[in-house]
Amino acid sequence: MSEKNNPHGQTTGHVWDETLAELTNPPPKWWMLGLHASWILVLLYGIYYPMWPLLDGYTKGIAGWTSIGEYKKDLKEVEEIRAPYEAKIKSMSAADILKDDQLKEYVSRSAKVLFGDNCAACHGSGGQGTTVDDPAQSGYPSLVDDDWLYGGTIDDIMTSITKGRKGMMPKMGGMQLTQEEIDSLAKSIYEGKVTENPLYMAKACVGCHGPDGKGIKEMGSANLTDKIWRFRAKDQLASIKYTIAHGVNDPTDPKTRKAEMPAWKDRLGEDQIKKLAVYVHQLGGGQ
Amino acid sequence: METDTVTQAADSKPEKYADDIYEEAANWHVNTGDEKIHAKRVTGRWRRLKWITEAVWLIFFIGPYLRWNGRQAVLFDIPNRQFHIFDITVLPQDVWMLALVLLFFAMLLAAVTSIAGRVYCGFFCFQTAWTDLFTWLEEKIEGPPAKRRKLEEGPWTGEKIRKLGLKWFIWLLISILTGISFVAWFTDAYQLWHDLFTGQASGVAYFVIGLFTVGTLTLAGKLREQACFWLCPYARIQGVMYDKETILPTYDFNRGEPRGRLKKGKVPEGQGDCIDCKQCVAVCPTGIDIRMGQQEGCITCALCIDACDAVMEKIGKPKGLIRYASLDEMEGKHQLPLHRRPRPLIYLAILILSVAGIIYGLTHLGTIELKVLHDRAPLFVQLSDGSVQNKYRIKILNKTDQDFHVKLTAEGIPGLELKGADKPLLARKGNDTSYTVYIKVPGEAIKSERTPIIFKAKGIENPEQEAVYESMFFGPK
Repeated sequence: MSEKNNPHGQTTGHVWDETLAELTNPPPKWWMLGLHASWILVLLYGIYYPMWPLLDGYTKGIAGWTSIGEYKKDLKEVEEIRAPYEAKIKSMSAADILKDDQLKEYVSRSAKVLFGDNCAACHGSGGQGTTVDDPAQSGYPSLVDDDWLYGGTIDDIMTSITKGRKGMMPKMGGMQLTQEEIDSLAKSIYEGKVTENPLYMAKACVGCHGPDGKGIKEMGSANLTDKIWRFRAKDQLASIKYTIAHGVNDPTDPKTRKAEMPAWKDRLGEDQIKKLAVYVHQLGGGQ
Repeated sequence: METDTVTQAADSKPEKYADDIYEEAANWHVNTGDEKIHAKRVTGRWRRLKWITEAVWLIFFIGPYLRWNGRQAVLFDIPNRQFHIFDITVLPQDVWMLALVLLFFAMLLAAVTSIAGRVYCGFFCFQTAWTDLFTWLEEKIEGPPAKRRKLEEGPWTGEKIRKLGLKWFIWLLISILTGISFVAWFTDAYQLWHDLFTGQASGVAYFVIGLFTVGTLTLAGKLREQACFWLCPYARIQGVMYDKETILPTYDFNRGEPRGRLKKGKVPEGQGDCIDCKQCVAVCPTGIDIRMGQQEGCITCALCIDACDAVMEKIGKPKGLIRYASLDEMEGKHQLPLHRRPRPLIYLAILILSVAGIIYGLTHLGTIELKVLHDRAPLFVQLSDGSVQNKYRIKILNKTDQDFHVKLTAEGIPGLELKGADKPLLARKGNDTSYTVYIKVPGEAIKSERTPIIFKAKGIENPEQEAVYESMFFGPK
């Protein structure tokens, strides 16, 4: 061993196997500096940040740092970025928002969360509605197509969300229509030619669905001539027959279809409803 | 070649061989920084060349203050994710070119090393340049190496404190300036100075300047050649980058050996040209002896050539005892011309390829990019008139610094109707602008579940701006 490795020549005094001794060389200076720097850092950390648990809490640290504080700060940053958009939305009508490309895009992105929380449970994550297996089930309407029971303009959508919608169709089974008549009507509705069926006029369907069979917006009666179905089912013909027989929201028939859109004015703020209306309008079917 | 000598020696005279290697190891000195290298400064043509090559670093200091079209000529704007290089603006989307730039420089390093050794180390490296500047100042303040050593070993007198204080103070200023210059490439240089003096610069700026100040002081003031020996990976791989044709500062042992001192101002009979004056060692910034041959400590700065040439001139011998020469030349072999050496040729090929890639990239940067994302859930919507509608998110990337408008069109299915893009779409400068559009196709026109759709965005102000994206149209089975 060279002189350099044992400059002091000191040993602990223990000797093993007659020749082996343990040197008492101090650790290198840089190493000791590192060691002292480490514990000093721990001390400073403990003074600056919350660190030590106490019986009734913990040391707070002089920096006043908290994780929830940091979270809130980050959240505030995000809100600051959103603030100019949100302020504009507050002062504008839904129809005006639609005319502003940038704002419209902002809403279609940011209202996705709102839609997911409030609407997607029934209408589906993309607003696609449901197609039921059992024709007796009512399912939920699609928001992405261009066929609207209550109108597809931005104002109509606003009203639908704010006040909710509950249509009514009396049951036609039993007293009004025989099974054969129901089958016949259902077949012509399915083919989109219901107005050519004499029963359409004779049995007063025309009263609600209109002389052209396209429904009346004010009543929320369905368009019977197109390919879009409110009560969409795997077996569409069976679904149509069920609707004619039991009606929609008819209190006299326990098997009637239940279709009600709740009012959201008490659960959502006006701005939120505005955003949702724009979002739904932008899903693809808005008029 | 070497193996042959060893085998011969081992076969014929094992004792001689053993003596040889013991002797070789006896002088083996590993520089671990125990002894501070105080290199003597020389004059000569390599020294002059070194000043010129090191002056490349002036660009580092001056570069950020250049202006171009009203903004910093070269600015790596990380917060805004834009790199400005004169007229060119590179967005992160085009950073693939950076890979080619890195490849280019890696290959350039390999090629130059293969041809002429560590030219980068000796003439261009920041470690060499800053150390050179620092030691130059050291000499100006503390005097030549002998005086410096004396001052170092001497007691702490007022003069020592004054000289060391002045030296470290100037070093500190240079280091701070180095840090500021580095930061100035990433933020507006004039604004940075203003913010630094008013204490308004960002924390990151202060931190980086601090880091560079400490780093410069440590590397160029304290570590010096130790960084080249033990920190830099390049020295470690030089062995695989050199070959026998590589020209390096080489001691011509055929001419120099056996070395010996001058006697009465003359080289004695039977003695080589090396007069063992050790000037080559004295001037070496890494403290090595070039006469021991090629070694990792040699940064090929060629200062030993200047020193030796000066001595040779004085004793009336031809210059070039130490000179740029290859191992082949030393062994009396014919030096292969460059175009017959496979290594430089392969490096050259890769260099050309990477440069071609960069040129292609820069000339085909384009000013516009189009992305189309097909909306899922639902994939398609049946409309009341029997047609089918798909929804798309459009992203138009404007890489210029001017807002412009584009006309979006789509084709792929006869009778398709593009909704939501009737009016010109605004593309915000240096940004992605997104839009929602719909494609409506008559039911009878849909032939399959998936049909390719080509979207095309064409500039309105400048019709040469064009971007195309292929997406899909989904329909019912």
